[in-house]
Amino acid sequence: MTTAVKTDLAIFELALRMGDNALILAQRVGAWCGHAPVLEEDIALANVALDLIGQTKMWLSLAGEIEGRGRTADDLAFLRDARAYRNVLLAEQPNGDFAHTLMRQFLFDAWHHPMLLALKSSCEKRVAYIAGKADKVVRYHLERSEDLVIRLGDGSEESRERMQAALDALYPFAGELCAADAIDSELAERRIAPDLSGIGESYIAYLKRTLGEATLNAPWDAATRKGGKNGMHTEELGYILAEMQWLQRAYPGAKW
Amino acid sequence: MYAQMVKSTGERPKTLDEMTPEERAFQQRVDADIKIEPKEWMPEGYRKTLVRQISQHAHSEIVGQLPEGNWITRAPTLDRKAILIAKVQDEAGHGLYLYCAAETLGVSRDEMTEQLLSGKAKYSSIFNYPTLTWADIGAIGWLVDGAAIMNQVQLQKCSYGPYSRAMIRICKEESFHQRQGYDIMMKLCAGTAEQKEMAQDALNRWWQPSLMMFGPSDKDSVHSAQSMAWKIKPMSNDELRQKFVDQTVPQAEYLGLKIPDPDLKWNEGKKGYDFGEIDWNEFYEVLRGNGPCNKERLDARRKAWDDGAWFRDGLMAHAQKAKARRLAAE
Repeated sequence: MTTAVKTDLAIFELALRMGDNALILAQRVGAWCGHAPVLEEDIALANVALDLIGQTKMWLSLAGEIEGRGRTADDLAFLRDARAYRNVLLAEQPNGDFAHTLMRQFLFDAWHHPMLLALKSSCEKRVAYIAGKADKVVRYHLERSEDLVIRLGDGSEESRERMQAALDALYPFAGELCAADAIDSELAERRIAPDLSGIGESYIAYLKRTLGEATLNAPWDAATRKGGKNGMHTEELGYILAEMQWLQRAYPGAKW
Repeated sequence: MYAQMVKSTGERPKTLDEMTPEERAFQQRVDADIKIEPKEWMPEGYRKTLVRQISQHAHSEIVGQLPEGNWITRAPTLDRKAILIAKVQDEAGHGLYLYCAAETLGVSRDEMTEQLLSGKAKYSSIFNYPTLTWADIGAIGWLVDGAAIMNQVQLQKCSYGPYSRAMIRICKEESFHQRQGYDIMMKLCAGTAEQKEMAQDALNRWWQPSLMMFGPSDKDSVHSAQSMAWKIKPMSNDELRQKFVDQTVPQAEYLGLKIPDPDLKWNEGKKGYDFGEIDWNEFYEVLRGNGPCNKERLDARRKAWDDGAWFRDGLMAHAQKAKARRLAAE
């Protein structure tokens, strides 16, 4: 980096990872508006998307501030290309049928909530502040996801089959949420973020319990698919960004 | 408006002398501005007309999610995205209150959904136009929600209690919708030449369809007299349309946009604007199902309903299992 500003890269990465997860998932969930199976679900999904956009703004603003080069949350959201995005692969997986959307949300919420709870004790105050704002609503996201996964897993024959198919397709992406890399280790050592292996253990225990209640069985030994945290995405992300960033790219510099 | 061309009894209102004692007592309550509540006696024509009007209004909110929802994934900033999601969510919520209000008249939400999906029930013609650019999101908020508020403000005074109360709640949210739409237009009009052109183009396309929202001209509106006598519809189509034009023209001037009507001019005598004839052929064609997006809108709603059948059935199956388990444990 040629600039004189010294960026704390680990915290910058943490803020991007948290913010990009929220943004990309909101982008996916928001696309359901008007197309959900019942009116109540249209409303609930819009709520989840809204909460996640709110968190995106906080995390990406923090990332811009830590970076110190004057980039705003919008700059980071709308003017970065796929390789600079740091969301986990799970978040960018397609909406599929409603079962896929619910299962993706469940696997994410089940990690997101304990992660935010742990980040509330971060020694970096700005991280702790955002986590404190976000954890209350994410608790509701998890309650809702858990409830629906149990009811639909233990529902009709068709709903069980669909939920199981979604779990088979998506579980391989869940491992990335708790897989620590060098940045995570540094963050844990500096007490800015929790030790991900600890989060991972309770994550798996929680999934086993809840999926058991839902009469579903995850492919526990499936190979983990990962890379998003370091900018190695699936081909999905390029299309998400092409759609999301269209106006900002087509009319450079315009204010909206 | 959100309910256009609602069929009433098709007959002229009865005079007090022609009414049965029950009808007369009912009309006197209406005339005295006493709200009619669900369990009270009401003429069958009143009930049927209200069910048509409220369900049409509810369907409009539901279908109305689609043209704006079309831009959620492409909204240009995080704030705009959040505001748009919140707005579309409000519309779903309005649909929910309205279905509940209609249910108090003895019709279920599933029946109303079936009527929408079979094409039997109508929804506002405005939602059969496409949202082609971001400026359309501004124009919808400004014009379509502006027209909706004009109608809904007077419906707060509707004689039927549950509908009137739903309107009071809805009106509070609608004024925020209109402001966000106008705010998008202001940003575009203060922006680059391309943005301003986008704003003008949106106004050009949405102006006439917005005027059509108020329904046919009073002289062609055969069902209005009875609805007005019952205070289901406090103001006539043309009165509301005039109010809307008078309110909107100065707003367009403030934006520096031109209303696409060569006949528009201030009439000092009536203290309002004269405006050109509306293309009623287009209006009736859209109502007949031949608008630019009628097919897409209904297809989208049918797909959502059909694809979601397993979800609704799955939840019912779980509820039955849970009940059986509770009974077995007792």
